[in-house]
Amino acid sequence: MTKVADDELRTEVVKPASTARTDGRRVRSVTPLKWTVRITAVVVFFIVWQVYASGVSPLLLVPPSAILAAGGHMIASGQLGTDTLLSLEAMVTGFGLALLVSVPLGLIWARYRVVDWVIQPFVMAIFSTPLIALVPLYVLWFGFGFAAKVAIIGSFSFFPLLLNTYQGAVSVDPMYRDVARAFRATDRQTWRHVVLPSCIPYIAAGINISLGHALTGMIIAEFYTNASGLGGLVLNNADTFQTARMFVPIFVVMGLGVLLMSSTRWLKRKIAPWAER
Amino acid sequence: MDGDVSTETGSRHDRSPLKHNAVSCEKVTKRFGSELILDEVSFELTKGSFTSLLGPSGCGKTTLLRIIAGLEKADSGDLIMGDPSSKNSDAKPSMAVVFQQGSLFPWKSVRRNVAFGLELAGVDRATIAERVDRTLEMVHLTGTAKKFPYQLSGGMQQRVGIARALALDPDILLMDEPFASVDAQTREELHDELLEIWERTRKSVLFVTHSIDEALVLSDEVVVMGARPGRILRRFAIDLPRPRTEESARILPSFAELHHDIRKLLVRTAVDTFNA
Repeated sequence: MTKVADDELRTEVVKPASTARTDGRRVRSVTPLKWTVRITAVVVFFIVWQVYASGVSPLLLVPPSAILAAGGHMIASGQLGTDTLLSLEAMVTGFGLALLVSVPLGLIWARYRVVDWVIQPFVMAIFSTPLIALVPLYVLWFGFGFAAKVAIIGSFSFFPLLLNTYQGAVSVDPMYRDVARAFRATDRQTWRHVVLPSCIPYIAAGINISLGHALTGMIIAEFYTNASGLGGLVLNNADTFQTARMFVPIFVVMGLGVLLMSSTRWLKRKIAPWAER
Repeated sequence: MDGDVSTETGSRHDRSPLKHNAVSCEKVTKRFGSELILDEVSFELTKGSFTSLLGPSGCGKTTLLRIIAGLEKADSGDLIMGDPSSKNSDAKPSMAVVFQQGSLFPWKSVRRNVAFGLELAGVDRATIAERVDRTLEMVHLTGTAKKFPYQLSGGMQQRVGIARALALDPDILLMDEPFASVDAQTREELHDELLEIWERTRKSVLFVTHSIDEALVLSDEVVVMGARPGRILRRFAIDLPRPRTEESARILPSFAELHHDIRKLLVRTAVDTFNA
């Protein structure tokens, strides 16, 4: 039972070193040729889309040019900016709270066996539940506003962070523990000098995954609450068949995702350079 | 088996005739599960001596070192730190361990790795800085203080490992196959450096290795161990002149003789164990 539980929990945990390795290599070995090919592929994709969409009903698919124009209008009117900020506010709050609770909890979970015994079944149960099933409950509890969004986003980003932190703290290289013991480190010193630094790459990997989950949570929250923010924009524009305007917030979310992922990866390289090779 | 113990051959010209023990083990026994790892092993590490524990894998040499380092508990037997017969017998000797490769903390710079033991002991910053600089100089790593272990070669990493232990200025240095995973060329360089450091500091060193050459080049005494169960077969006094280098030790006829004797002993024991 415990064995199965452990394996199942581990599926979400990304081994920080291995992901970093491919990332690092990709960045370092990029040649101008590679980028030329890459950019060309993107340009070709949009050209094909533009040409193809010209022959399709604008209700179903609009050309990129129309999306660009709609984006221009939405920026000029201030609507896009307002809604993006509204979304980000909920996301930052929800993700921030998840981070503040999950990392300490993950460490405590790894530190005390009793906590491990208590927490395992709960984490297993909640982790196995599709969190979207809880959304109506959050609405019942917190209403249709900001608090419900924060709760949804927070619970979406919570588990990858928790599991990664725990995994980092329990998979400290035993040799490092030996060194600490041989040098007469106290329990507290061992945590400060050995366990916590060992966790950093794992937590960074957890943040990376969690941000993706937080974005999903953000859109879902906005669909199910008062239809505000970027998710609200998608929903309202789709309901009124303004397909071009619907695509704009989708691209914004996409851009946000790429930006957040690459900046956490950059941050990890900065704070845990040893985990890169 | 006591009849085999032959530490008394030859004399050491450069040491006081009265020998003190840094550590002694008496009938130390250790099991992992049902397997007998150490079977009533008794031996003394002479103060100021460089002693190697030599034997095949599974002879318990590393386990014995870990027991002395306090990383493992013996099932039975006694471990006596310091020399009860000496005057200030209540002063327990301090120890530091040099581990196998890969034991440096990757998140700490060379400087912070070397400072580790001193930081734990709560030594003030100025003293730490001064001690770290001096120790890095001793292992010829001045200038790499700000680097991180992943930026260093295997040989350099092991020098940092030695510096980390030396920074504590311990009475006893416990070294667990520190050069097992560096290439042959680098290993010889490290041997010379270690010999030089030992000349300067005259620490009591317990060095675990499975290489006869390494044990002979470095040691005053080689304790040869056999496997299944782990036990001491024989002790060899190595009277090759000091100060030594890899080169100066190897060209001596007595080096070849000792090598031959130890090798014969190990091979014979391996065959006996196999037949038993």
